[in-house]
Amino acid sequence: MSTDYFKGDVEADRVYLAQGGDWSEIAASQAERGDETIVVNMGPQHPSTHGVLRLILEMDGETVTHIRPGIGFLHTGIEKNMEYKTWTQGVAFCTRMDYVAPLFNEAVYCLAVEKLLGITDDIPERASIIRVLMMELNRIASHLVAMGTGGMEIGALTVMTIAFRERELILDFFEAISGTRMNHAFIRPGGVANDVPEGGIEQLRSLVAWLKKHLPEYATFCNENPIFKLRMQGIAKLDLTACMMMGITGPILRSTGYEWDLRKSQPYCGYETYEFDVVTWDTQDAYGRFRIRLQECWESLKIVEQCIDRLEKTQGQPVMVGDKKIAWPASLALGPDGQGNSFEHVRHIMGESMEALIHHFKIVTEGFKVPVGQVYQAVESPKGELGCTVVSDGGTRPYRAHFRDPGFNHLQSVPLMCEGGMISDVVVAVASIDPVLGGVDR
Amino acid sequence: MSDELTPQTPAPVAPVFETKKGMWSRGSGDTSGYGNIERRVAMPGQTAGPFGQPWDAVHARATELLPFLDGGLVLFDRGELTIFVPRERIQEAVRAFRDDAHLRFEICVSVSGVHYPQQTGAELHVVYHLLSITHNRRVRLEVTCPEGDAHVPSIVATYPMADWHERETWDMFGIEFDGHPGLTRILMPDDWVGHPQRKDYPLGGVDIQYKGATVPAPDQRRTYN
Repeated sequence: MSTDYFKGDVEADRVYLAQGGDWSEIAASQAERGDETIVVNMGPQHPSTHGVLRLILEMDGETVTHIRPGIGFLHTGIEKNMEYKTWTQGVAFCTRMDYVAPLFNEAVYCLAVEKLLGITDDIPERASIIRVLMMELNRIASHLVAMGTGGMEIGALTVMTIAFRERELILDFFEAISGTRMNHAFIRPGGVANDVPEGGIEQLRSLVAWLKKHLPEYATFCNENPIFKLRMQGIAKLDLTACMMMGITGPILRSTGYEWDLRKSQPYCGYETYEFDVVTWDTQDAYGRFRIRLQECWESLKIVEQCIDRLEKTQGQPVMVGDKKIAWPASLALGPDGQGNSFEHVRHIMGESMEALIHHFKIVTEGFKVPVGQVYQAVESPKGELGCTVVSDGGTRPYRAHFRDPGFNHLQSVPLMCEGGMISDVVVAVASIDPVLGGVDR
Repeated sequence: MSDELTPQTPAPVAPVFETKKGMWSRGSGDTSGYGNIERRVAMPGQTAGPFGQPWDAVHARATELLPFLDGGLVLFDRGELTIFVPRERIQEAVRAFRDDAHLRFEICVSVSGVHYPQQTGAELHVVYHLLSITHNRRVRLEVTCPEGDAHVPSIVATYPMADWHERETWDMFGIEFDGHPGLTRILMPDDWVGHPQRKDYPLGGVDIQYKGATVPAPDQRRTYN
């Protein structure tokens, strides 16, 4: 059972290497041979595969008869590495998985660790508000990338340029609050790394105003654009039965008209207290998924506005759990040269309190202990259900951390979406899944 | 193929992680006087009901449909129910969990492995997370197998989405899923030797020299576990 995987392989009798500029030769040569089957290896370095995804297609003319995705090119051993780092350091690893939606990786991991610690109910309200705010802005940013690159792949280059323009402003806000544009390690077990900086709310307001002004452009560009619709409508169809069979969640499931969103059905971070709608579409195709993503940006904006109100009401409240045995001791501050330690904190530990210094040193180098157990936590990431299993052996490091990335699960359905279709629709199908290979391969 | 697997007797017990000595860091001299303390770390959880609804209903229905689960290990911890299933019955179990109207776990969201080297005879665990959209609830099934005979029947026939998850578990833990349609490596290169997420597989890395001092590789550093 274990050694005969490659027995069925047939030696190819002719291999073409397309380096660009020699397409007509290949086409002519293939036409001359009159051969019915051609195997195309697309990727792993291909601009339309959302990173290093490899697709192996068996073609009959331009029709895809078989397609198999090959993954693993971006496997970086994040799960294994996390076993050698403290619980808090783990955030800095898992944020790098799905790098388009890093805050969801952090959030799901921290929620899981908090469940293990039994402090889910102790997380300060303001910390949860900031988490929701960051996640929803990140959802917009991620959907913008999905729509932008998806548009670019079918030739709508402007959609990509405007999407990155908006995303840039969101990342600017992330930079202002967390110090980094991506890979924030901002959400920590027990709360968040620091509060919204001075002027943060004003920046947020202008960001919301900007998005409100510019999000309608996507609808104007795409919604009724005949070329766009021709390329997207009826492509990569997956009905509810198929979604259930393949375990599909997120925009793909919602494009079948099924209202399933973990923010509503299994709320976390206080989502049950926010007012927003779950967006569905009923066409089961790539166009429906695009419309869902676009509309979800508006729903996220609604949540962001509610967050602003709540942030103003909770001004000055803590953003980290009160238990000093868990809470990260340093309060970070934003200096003129970027983010750094708070002067007040450094003065306290270096000049005033030996105990505070010892405590700071111990919790930063050793970390905290997490009671023995195993938990599963899921959040609604922009792509679907992002799950995290963590096992603790009672020590200062995860015994095992496993992430269930939606893209990993959803890429399995590429053959279902593409076989029997045209090769040009493969890119549309892959874009409608919106996989991010950093998350798929971890 | 599942008939060939040796039935597991006695019933599985909660995984023992390890026996820890002392109270502080390992690998350094212990001056605390607690160096001879020995602790056995095992998975916690309530093993007998009532667990509260809906868990009692799920457990009762599962036991009714699958009588072999009666008397088997169940752990209820932090609001999550884990049912340990004998590995030769896992295919039967997942079919019941999916098809029965009272259980109706439509989706197997994740299959992953955990390696407990200290649990002799059941070193490798496969953890299945099932989600019922109909009833909006989750359950965890766990299967164990010994390192020397790392075989678990595949559940792909019931849950097609488990295909890649099982391949990943094979890749990372070396658990062979019998009956899987194409059990090949998925994340590591095809010709890779070893299964990286086993506990005895080193992390790797090199010592770092900085200003005359040497910082050991991450897996060689002192631990405070």
